[in-house]
Amino acid sequence: MAGVQTLTTQRSSPGWSRLLRHSAFQQWARYLAGRLAGVVAITLALLIMTFLMVQFVPGDPARNIVGITATQAQVDVVRAQLHLDDPVLTQAWTYFSSVLQGNLGKSFTTQQPVVEMIAQRLPLTASVAVGGLIILLVIGFPLGLAIGVLQRSGRAARTTTAFTVGTSLFGALPEYITGTLLILVFGLTLRWLPAQGGESFQGLILPALAVALAPAAVMARIVRNETSAILGEEYISTARGKRISTVRLLITHVFPNVVTSTLTLGGLLLIALLGGTVIVENVFNIAGLGTQIVQAIFASDYPSIQGIILVLGLLATLVSLVIDIVLGILDPRVLQKNGLK
Amino acid sequence: MAGRSQKRKMPVALVAGLAGMALIILVAIFAPMIWGTTAEKGTGAIRSGASSSHWLGTDSQGRDVLLRTLVATRLTLAMAFIATGLAVVLGGLLGTLVIIVGPRLQWLGARAIDLFVAWPPIIVALTITAIFRPGMVSVVVAIGVAFCPQFARLTNTLATSVGQRDFVNAARLLGLRGGMVLRRHVVPNIAAPVLVLTSVCLSTTIVTMSGLSFVGLGVQPPSTDWGQLLALGLRSLYQNPIESIGPSLAILLTGLAAGLIGDGLAQYGEARRPTARAKRVKATTVGAAERVTLSADIDSSAVVTARNLKVYAGHSQDDAAIVQGISLDIHPGEVVGLVGESGSGKSLTAMTIAQLTPPGLRWTADALTVAGNVLAEGTPVPKQLALDVGIVFQDPSSCFNPARRLGAQLTEAIRVHKKVSRRDARAMAVRRLREARVSSPERRLNQYPHELSGGMRQRAMIAMALLSEPRLLIADEPTTALDVTVQADVLRLLKQINTDHSMAILLISHDINVVSALCDRICVMYGGRIVEEVSVDALRRGEVQHPHTRALLAASPRPVAHIPSADQPDESGPITVGATALRSRQGI
Repeated sequence: MAGVQTLTTQRSSPGWSRLLRHSAFQQWARYLAGRLAGVVAITLALLIMTFLMVQFVPGDPARNIVGITATQAQVDVVRAQLHLDDPVLTQAWTYFSSVLQGNLGKSFTTQQPVVEMIAQRLPLTASVAVGGLIILLVIGFPLGLAIGVLQRSGRAARTTTAFTVGTSLFGALPEYITGTLLILVFGLTLRWLPAQGGESFQGLILPALAVALAPAAVMARIVRNETSAILGEEYISTARGKRISTVRLLITHVFPNVVTSTLTLGGLLLIALLGGTVIVENVFNIAGLGTQIVQAIFASDYPSIQGIILVLGLLATLVSLVIDIVLGILDPRVLQKNGLK
Repeated sequence: MAGRSQKRKMPVALVAGLAGMALIILVAIFAPMIWGTTAEKGTGAIRSGASSSHWLGTDSQGRDVLLRTLVATRLTLAMAFIATGLAVVLGGLLGTLVIIVGPRLQWLGARAIDLFVAWPPIIVALTITAIFRPGMVSVVVAIGVAFCPQFARLTNTLATSVGQRDFVNAARLLGLRGGMVLRRHVVPNIAAPVLVLTSVCLSTTIVTMSGLSFVGLGVQPPSTDWGQLLALGLRSLYQNPIESIGPSLAILLTGLAAGLIGDGLAQYGEARRPTARAKRVKATTVGAAERVTLSADIDSSAVVTARNLKVYAGHSQDDAAIVQGISLDIHPGEVVGLVGESGSGKSLTAMTIAQLTPPGLRWTADALTVAGNVLAEGTPVPKQLALDVGIVFQDPSSCFNPARRLGAQLTEAIRVHKKVSRRDARAMAVRRLREARVSSPERRLNQYPHELSGGMRQRAMIAMALLSEPRLLIADEPTTALDVTVQADVLRLLKQINTDHSMAILLISHDINVVSALCDRICVMYGGRIVEEVSVDALRRGEVQHPHTRALLAASPRPVAHIPSADQPDESGPITVGATALRSRQGI
């Protein structure tokens, strides 16, 4: 009988649901437009920054590239290659248009096109970063959630204290020290995993761990605090009044809110993971973008530096875009607040 | 503000961080003077392990790693301090500049800063070292510039928000001059968060800068800092693993000390907020609890039977009782009010009846039966209670889960416990919402709580409580958070539900007016016990005994009102009948 009534009520007001769908769509469109404008802005900023980088080099960038012993003729060749003798605006135009066409120039040390070099090295960097991201989420969320629940119940004071001390210690460990220690323990003493990072799955475990452990500790703390705070919210009392199982309570009522507030607070951690990857590659000697950029900086190989910075910057922007979209899906209030006004 | 008056204890983290940092600064000052030359002198022992003469081993040239680490403290710390200072100054300037340029550019500037904050600082740092070639100065500049967006954003938000806050306006109204307002009100409020961020930034700076030195982009030999020492250690990791311990520990401990200062400062500055409802209830001690004799037989027809109900804070036997032995009966169809000032234990009593005692609290009773469910402490709460008791909380803005649609929340209890299908449950929800006079109920089910007004949300809450057709409705200050105009509507709705379904209601309020308008019987609570139980008629006639009841009546701004009977015309759409209209209808 009740079902019949729904049917009739729904049929009587078909306009509402259409309108709702319509306005939800509009909200999303506005929200995404705002985010994409940010992506465009940051891409533009990246282009300007990498262009200005060469302009700001004290002295002659071409001289840095070829070295002090090179002849003036050699310097002039490089100057021409970099279009350094053109007026600045022309240089900027040349640079922007070639980058937008997917041409990042050639490396001065290897003569390899930069795009090709990035295509070779990006997969390794990305796998370390993605591996780290997975470890970060797999450790950070469940641990923080469990401790938050424990802390809220008022029991296990010792466990929560141990958690606080442990996470502040791990959170302060920079990735290169974690990496060194991991090599020491798992690579050299136990000999379980290779000390040198490689393209194999085993070779990526230690680097990913090194990148992820510190942010995982910080993330776990954020999740703990958020869980504890959310369990004190009135709507949790409302949900408790429904006498649903603890698991259901955690999954349907606590978890979505923890994810939103944690991502809002800890989203930067996920982006910072990229920076950690750059350093960790140097610990494990991984042939990714991180080791390449260090070499390129030493060699003043400007096209390579520009290319790698562009790619890393775009990756960071991509991660924050994904975070924003996830936030929008989980918490529709975000759509209203952060739309393009 | 409130924290200023009472003396606050320094958090452990702050003390530990400050002590550690002081020690490190002492090392930075004195270590190069004492060991400056010894540290660089090679000995015959190349790459030796830990020994009594070389605690942390020696490097490839036989130099003592511990001494080298201690000596390198000065350069590392100095660079970190300068870089952090640079970040603070640059960021502060940038943040202020953005405010000065005028409203339109300000918006743009703030967005730009937001974008830069969301960038790994290492990208900016790498760009700058690429410009100036790797080295000591370029790494300091690089880190300073890379971290300045964070300060720019903080300065920007703080400066825009503090100037508009109420206490600043109040100070202006009081006639304080501009300079005074700035010094007394604005600066203290800006200084605390800036200090916190500065210490956190110092910690990150040490770590990031050492990282750049570690990969070779920072300090170049012959100068040494920790990052470079660690890189040397990594190179001989196979032959002499102990070599990397010294610089690792130094970086870790310094980063930790700076981080602890930041955490401690943040804790120190943060006004302590109560986290649980329980903490808001202050324990009052009014003599020893007398035992209520169990002479009154338990009425089996009653919806609620409570005998000598006590609630304790904490787990041990000698903890203070917050609710000190309450006995209460509620009969079917009866509306009972629980009145008292805040902290008198009325909410806690109601929540214990609903079996929602906050964590950390414990209850005992000689008998507690709610809607036929016999409850005892320590035994699992019967699931049936979820269906038998409906609860309406005080604040409709916080009692719905913000991340879930109303439909899912309203129907959850009956779907889980009664296994009602989704479709039927939604149909029932629509009916209840309509009964609670929520406009366009079908649409509401697909909406999120924030899309409803406060009054609508409270109606939805009532609809949710009604959905399982409970025998008892507990309403904990249902009107306190609402506008006066909406208050009367919600009260009328409760009255109507009471008549239509002959549902018993336990109404909690600090406002004796609200209660007397709706209830048949009123229990006045004070200091954790019921001091007076009086029928509403007696209350109207002023026949009250206890001084506290008199005080409550005297404190009430309005004469005791009478809610109209439920057979009011059913207004649909926006209801605008306010409390004034209500009273005028009574001829008051």
